[in-house]
Parts: sequence; structure tokens; C-alpha cells
Amino acid sequence: MPRREPLSVAGVEPVGPYTLLRLGRGEIDPGVPGQFFMLEAPGRLLPRALSLCLAPEGELAFLVDPVGPGTEALCALQPGERIHVFGPLGNGYRLDVERPLLVGGGIGMAPLPFLSEALRFPPTVLGFRDERYAEAAALLPGAEVVVDPTFVTEAIVPGHDVLACGPEPMLHAIAALCPGAQLAWEAPMACGYGACYGCAVEIDGHMKRLCVEGPVLVPAQQMSAGFSPAITHRAAASSVAPIAPAIGAPCVLASLGARDREAAPHPLDGHHAA
Amino acid sequence: MLLNASGCLDALVAPDVARQLDAFVTKTITPLPREGNAAPRIAETAHGMLNSIGLANPGRDRFLADNLPQLRELGVPLWISVGGFCTQDYADTCAVLDDAAAIELNLSCPNVDEAPESAAEIVAACRAVTPLPLYAKLSAAHPDITAVALAVAAAGADGLSLVNTLRGLALDPRTHRPVLGRVTGGLSGPSLKPVALAAVYACYAATKLPIVGMGGIASGADVVDFVACGAKEVALGTVLFSDPDACVRIREELAQVHLDDVFALAHAPETVKAGSRVLA
Repeated sequence: MPRREPLSVAGVEPVGPYTLLRLGRGEIDPGVPGQFFMLEAPGRLLPRALSLCLAPEGELAFLVDPVGPGTEALCALQPGERIHVFGPLGNGYRLDVERPLLVGGGIGMAPLPFLSEALRFPPTVLGFRDERYAEAAALLPGAEVVVDPTFVTEAIVPGHDVLACGPEPMLHAIAALCPGAQLAWEAPMACGYGACYGCAVEIDGHMKRLCVEGPVLVPAQQMSAGFSPAITHRAAASSVAPIAPAIGAPCVLASLGARDREAAPHPLDGHHAA
Repeated sequence: MLLNASGCLDALVAPDVARQLDAFVTKTITPLPREGNAAPRIAETAHGMLNSIGLANPGRDRFLADNLPQLRELGVPLWISVGGFCTQDYADTCAVLDDAAAIELNLSCPNVDEAPESAAEIVAACRAVTPLPLYAKLSAAHPDITAVALAVAAAGADGLSLVNTLRGLALDPRTHRPVLGRVTGGLSGPSLKPVALAAVYACYAATKLPIVGMGGIASGADVVDFVACGAKEVALGTVLFSDPDACVRIREELAQVHLDDVFALAHAPETVKAGSRVLA
């Protein structure tokens, strides 16, 4: 059951250009990989949706990309400060897969360390825009890493259960390659628990709330190609790199990344998948 | 009495939150199903937020068949928010609602193109077909909300819900283009509160109708302000997005406050006459 309580900041650690925000767990359940939490962003009206990156003993850790005032405020937290956290929310990945392959793109790698642990460290492919962002791969030892202009999709071997998270173009490409992939999507949301209807996306021809029906969608309910989730320029530029076909896992799950709603692209921007 | 603002809570997804309320107000129901507006639908602003949901709802028939029976099982009094695009839409829905604590007529959604006919005309048509309490939800965007309030009162409204969101726009700082897929959305949150207070104050003075005050309420102190301006009930909207437990917290903040005394003090004749003294 989701619950909301103030959690104390245990650590704020740089991971490449990202920040790993570690919070004391309190009474909050870490949930299953791919689920997300609403984190109070100091000085902002609305909380930010972040998927759980790691669940070390007594802690909840989130990977944050400082792309707007809310995520910047989260990255600026100091140990000992407290923020309200609400969760776990959403559905998370199904873990009953036989040949898992995790695929992450940019900040979309956020939920994969927790997922990797749950699946006992399956093969993983991570794509980043450049070497600096690729430093975040340190959170997933053993992962194969590609950077622009290589695309993760080039490395996906058929026959695996793909679990992926990343920018929309990457997810659409994976969906085309691996019809059974579990893909975690993202959309601007105010509440995270079905109240605001802000994160509605087109699923199976109808607008449904991603926070209630997702963020992980199964093949029969992928989003329409015209859907524009909240993906940053940076994320869109990263993680679309192909991977060497070295992995013996099926499709990858995607999950909610640490984006900031204010960095959402306008649908007319053209940098999202058409 | 604490309610939710229409469209700010799904009682079936979050029943525990709904049960904290004195009454649950449904998302606005229209005759036909509506998918709502294109994404993105949410934008945070400096002291508020914009939404352009666009009256997404399952439509009247499915609401009555599927949602309403489940909502009744919650054991919370229900206010049903009714919307439409012509007078007949509103009246047809009101005519088939036979069991609700109240009907709130959404006469002021900023996120749909179709302009409803005159508020008073809609209220009169609904009054003719239902004995249930009718609350008219108005927008402070109207140049003379007091005139609208008087007109709907004369048409048979039992109360007012004040206020709906105000149309606003937010730009993406990188592209300088509107953030929202539909370009504009309804402004809510703390930045709406002074506007809402002004509307409640003026409409209460003009009509003396029961008023559900809403617009940026996030604390017990905010509730006190609305009651002082004449609100009998208050509704929580945007605050529920960041704090699902806001209802419990606000009740605790009000535990030592006698709202009747607040109202009496604010409306005592000498206080009204000495308005400038109160401001000082």
C-alpha cells in the first residue's frame, strides 16, 4: 500500500551528470521494480515522479537528472533535510520472465538497478548520449554500454524478454523489435495516484492514466506512435544508441525516469518519435 | 464541511482519500464519453498549475451503470458534477439523477471550446427536472460574477460553487512555446486564492446563498479565510495532488478553530462598517 511520510536525506551523490538521492526508508515499502514515488520538490507546488533506483537496507535511492527547478531542488538537498515521499505507485514490471534482458536509455536507466537485483542480474544494455552520462552505468556493473551514435536497439537479440525504460523513440524502436517487451513510459503528472488525469496517454485507442495503468505497459497496450511523453532533449539524444548483439536476454522493461515536467517538449518540437 | 473540487480526485482509485471527505464531488459527467485533451495536460507555474484535461469522463450512461453504483458503496455522500454543451445536455442528465446529496452544474470549464448557453437558463432547465439541491459552479473569469450569481439564484440554484479555474498559459523556457498540448489550461493552486476569495465575498454579499469556496486552499488558515468571506463549505483541489492526506491535516489545523465564530466576527455589522480598521 502506498503511504506518504517525510523521509530524511541520507546522502546526495553525483553519478556522472545525475544525482543519486538516498533517503531513509521510514515505513514506506519499496514496492516492485518499475513502480514510482512522488517526491516533494522543495519550493515547488507539485511533487516529482521518480522510479526507485535502488533499495539498500533501510533506504530508498532515486536517480535524478537535474533538468528543471523541481529536479534541481531535489539534487540540492542536504543530508538531514526531510521531504515528503508518497508511494510506491503504478504497476511496476512483471518479474515472471524466463530470459530477461534489461535495456535502459539515459536517465531511463533509473529503475534498472533495482530491477536487475530482483532478476538476479540479467544481461543489460545501457545507451547514453556521451561518455559523461555513461558514468551512470557504474550503478549497473556488468552492463554493456553504448553511446551515441550507437543505438541500443541494434544490440537486442530476438528471443529475450525485454524490460526497458528510456526515451520514447527508444521505446517505440524496442516495441517494434520485441513485441513482448515490457516498456516503462513517462508523462507529466501532478499526483501519481489517479487524481489529476494529467498523465493520460493513448493506450489501445483510449486515453488512460499512465499512473494507474502503467507506467509499465505490456505489448497489447503499447502507446500510439503519436504519443508524446515527457522526454527531455537530453534523454532523447541519449540511450537510443544500439548495442552489440552480445546479450542473451529477451526484451527489456522500461520504467519511469527522473525527468522534470517543466522540461517536457512541446508536441511541435519534432524531437520525439513521430 | 470539506469536499474535493470536481476532477481533483478519483474516489474509486483512492477510496481512502475520498472517505476523509464530508462529501465526494465526481468528475464532471457529460452526456457522451470524452477522452479529454491531448498531452501534455499539466504544467506547473510559479505559484500554481495549469491543467487541460478537457472533461475526460465515461459519459452519462456508463457513469450511471458502472461508476455510480461503486461510488455509492464508499458510504460518502455524493455530489454529482454535471456538464454539457447546451442546456438540454445539463437538463437531461439532471433528470436521470435521483439519488445524490447535490448536483453541481459545471457552468465554467475553461478547457472546452463549446460555450454553454447562459448559466441562468441552464439552471432553470435543471431546476424544472430535479428536486435535488443544485449548486452552480461559476468562473471568476466572468466580468461580473455577482450578476451571474444573482441570475442563477433567481433561476432556482440552491447554492454556488466558487470558483472554477481561470484560463492561463505556460511557456517552455527552451522553446518559448506553450507547454500544454491544447495551448491553454485552467489555473489552480495558491495563485487562484485571492481571486476566489473576491468571488466568494461578492457573491455571498449579493445572494446569501450557501457557497462552496475553493481555489488554492492548502491549510486550515485558508479555510478560515474562505469562511470569513462567506463560504459555508470548502473544497480541496490542487492540494490533493501533492498531499493525499491534506483533508486530515487541515481538519487537525482547524481543530481549535470555531468557524461559526469566524463567520460571525467577519460579518458582524460593526466589522463590516469598519472595513478599513480590519484591514489595518
